[in-house]
Amino acid sequence: MNNTILKVSGLSMHFGGIQALKQLDLEVNRGEIVALIGPNGAGKTTFFNCVTGIYNPTEGDVILHTLQGKTSRLNGLKPNKVTEKGMARTFQNIRLFQSMTVLENVMIGRHCRTHSFILGAILRTPGNRQEEQAIIERSHEILEIVGLADEVDNYARNLSYGAQRRLEIARALATDPSLLLLDEPAAGMNPQETQELVQLILRLRDQGYSILLIEHDMKLVMTLSNRIYVMDYGEKIAQGTPEEIQSNPVVIKAYLGEDLDA
Amino acid sequence: MISFEELKRSFLVSLWFVFLTFPILVIKANPIERTIIWRWENMFFVAIGSFVLSILIRVVNTQKTKRLERRSASDSDTTTSEPLIQVILQNPRYLYPLAGAVTVFALVFPYLFDTYQTNIMTTALMYVVLGLGLNIVVGMAGLLDLGFVAFYAVGAYSYALLNAHFGIGFWMALPIGALFAASFGIILGFPVLRLRGDYLAIVTLGFGEIIRLILENWNEFSQGPSGISNIPRPGMFGIELSLEAAILYIYYIMVALVIVTIFVVNRLQDSRLGRAWIALREDEIACQAMGIDKTKTKLTAFALGATWAGMMGVIFAAKTTFINPASFTFLESAIILSIVVLGGMGSILGVIVGALVLILLPEYLRALSDYRMLAFGAILVVMMIFKPQGIISNVRRTYKYQKQKSGDVQ
Ligand SMILES: Nc1ncnc2c1ncn2[C@@H]1O[C@H](COP(=O)(O)OP(=O)(O)OP(=O)(O)O)[C@@H](O)[C@H]1O
Ligand SMILES: [Mg+2]
Repeated sequence: MNNTILKVSGLSMHFGGIQALKQLDLEVNRGEIVALIGPNGAGKTTFFNCVTGIYNPTEGDVILHTLQGKTSRLNGLKPNKVTEKGMARTFQNIRLFQSMTVLENVMIGRHCRTHSFILGAILRTPGNRQEEQAIIERSHEILEIVGLADEVDNYARNLSYGAQRRLEIARALATDPSLLLLDEPAAGMNPQETQELVQLILRLRDQGYSILLIEHDMKLVMTLSNRIYVMDYGEKIAQGTPEEIQSNPVVIKAYLGEDLDA
Repeated sequence: MISFEELKRSFLVSLWFVFLTFPILVIKANPIERTIIWRWENMFFVAIGSFVLSILIRVVNTQKTKRLERRSASDSDTTTSEPLIQVILQNPRYLYPLAGAVTVFALVFPYLFDTYQTNIMTTALMYVVLGLGLNIVVGMAGLLDLGFVAFYAVGAYSYALLNAHFGIGFWMALPIGALFAASFGIILGFPVLRLRGDYLAIVTLGFGEIIRLILENWNEFSQGPSGISNIPRPGMFGIELSLEAAILYIYYIMVALVIVTIFVVNRLQDSRLGRAWIALREDEIACQAMGIDKTKTKLTAFALGATWAGMMGVIFAAKTTFINPASFTFLESAIILSIVVLGGMGSILGVIVGALVLILLPEYLRALSDYRMLAFGAILVVMMIFKPQGIISNVRRTYKYQKQKSGDVQ
């Protein structure tokens, strides 16, 4: 089992009377791209929120085995602790720090891997300067990976939609995650941008990141994913390879509705 | 240029203003002779004045939107021309000589002007530091704090009481007052960690009032509304200074403290911690999801902001030699907040200019006697209409990327 990165078992989430997640099990293995799909309101984003500590799940376990070989239970931890443990995410509705520059947005991601505090900031000791310089350099490297190196000093709010989504990925990468969670990374992108995104995700996989992504663009999902999980009404209704999912009658029914099925 | 529709609207605006100001500006009752004087000419002035102003605002606004449209139409390049002030700020070749000149001016100020002016300038400098302190909380971390004066009071009473009971001197009290205020910042911070925006504003407002009410009512502790008098001015190596010399001395202490504050706040702003504050302001959820400890970041903002207020409290007590709770009302918090907002949230230079304008302007508007507060209010309103982002808006620094030592300057 040392091949598993993320193991979620029996995850449930209630909002008052609404059961947004019902006994969900999910696994991501090392070096895999896994997709989580389902109709609108199926609970995909809620799943991400529960796993990353933004919501506290009602039931269930979330276990992360990092690349560094550490195992930690994530449920009940605060979001910043989850990120520290080695899992980072992007948001469906872009949540960049709009009035900061592109570079600074990525530098924020380095926060949990660096230490300087009040005194370090005021005195600017050599150690502190080195750390700061390392943050800047690492952030630049990451921006080069996602193809935003030309925009470093631009404000995040001035970027195009597609570039903002890539900046979100860059910011997440800056936290040195073992597992990357992407919530609809291609939403609002044109075909050209989507194509670049596919290349980026594949490159990241080759660099050793494991990726769990939510996406509505079926072509993208089918070309990228090693495995797919399908949710509807908070429940897992299918899992398997792209081929298996494409021909699964339950999935087709969930997506197309009852009447076409009859 | 101006459409009929706009003229009509401005006319309605002026009617509304006439109606609003009618009871105070037109009717004047003379209670002794039991007569009422109708000052119709005032109504005329109000009508004309508000009409002209309203037209003016409309014209400027349409031009502004036109300019914006033109800019977005020709938005091929992102290199928009920057305002002069940003050019100066970002280029050390201009910034350093300018800062040097201002410092020299500040140093010779007492010799150019009389004691009265020096005293006013000392007050203005105190508000510069208070503004920079609150700027950490409101401008950078985005936590709307309406009870900032509480920390100011904590500092002032720390010195007054420590001196009265234990004979602790000014220079000892300065760090102690800062430390007490910082602790109070954390004490306030804990219960309001979950709050944001309006809710935070209301709770902090309440906190400020609680501190004032405690000071007012707990006679055994703070001597209540009668306050504490005979607080010693700062001493220089145990020498008693004359009043004139003491004013001068406090002035120079303030100049030094302002420089220290600017230095420290500037470094904080450009640090890992400063970036975390700004991220917190921009988006709390994303900030946490990026691995920033919200609790720690918020508490340090409250504590560091309060530190400056505490220090200024000590200075205030030493300067006036007498304090009572009436000096620490909500109005004080409001003034400090106005300094931050008017100057430009998050911008250090903006806050400095804001403090000087807001504190010095009412003094120099004294020539207008009765109308000085009116003029002051009008200036604030006009300012917020034309430049809502403050006098000097904050521009993020850029970072040099070379394998050598990066530039530490803005
Ligand atoms: N904080 C909340 N309080 C109450 N209900 C919520 C909350 N968050 C999500 N829900 C509900 O949970 C269900 C799942 O929502 P979720 O956002 O996870 O869907 P999704 O699968 O991400 O949909 P989409 O594809 O549109 O993004 C929805 O019915 C939603 O209304
Ligand atoms: Mg969603």
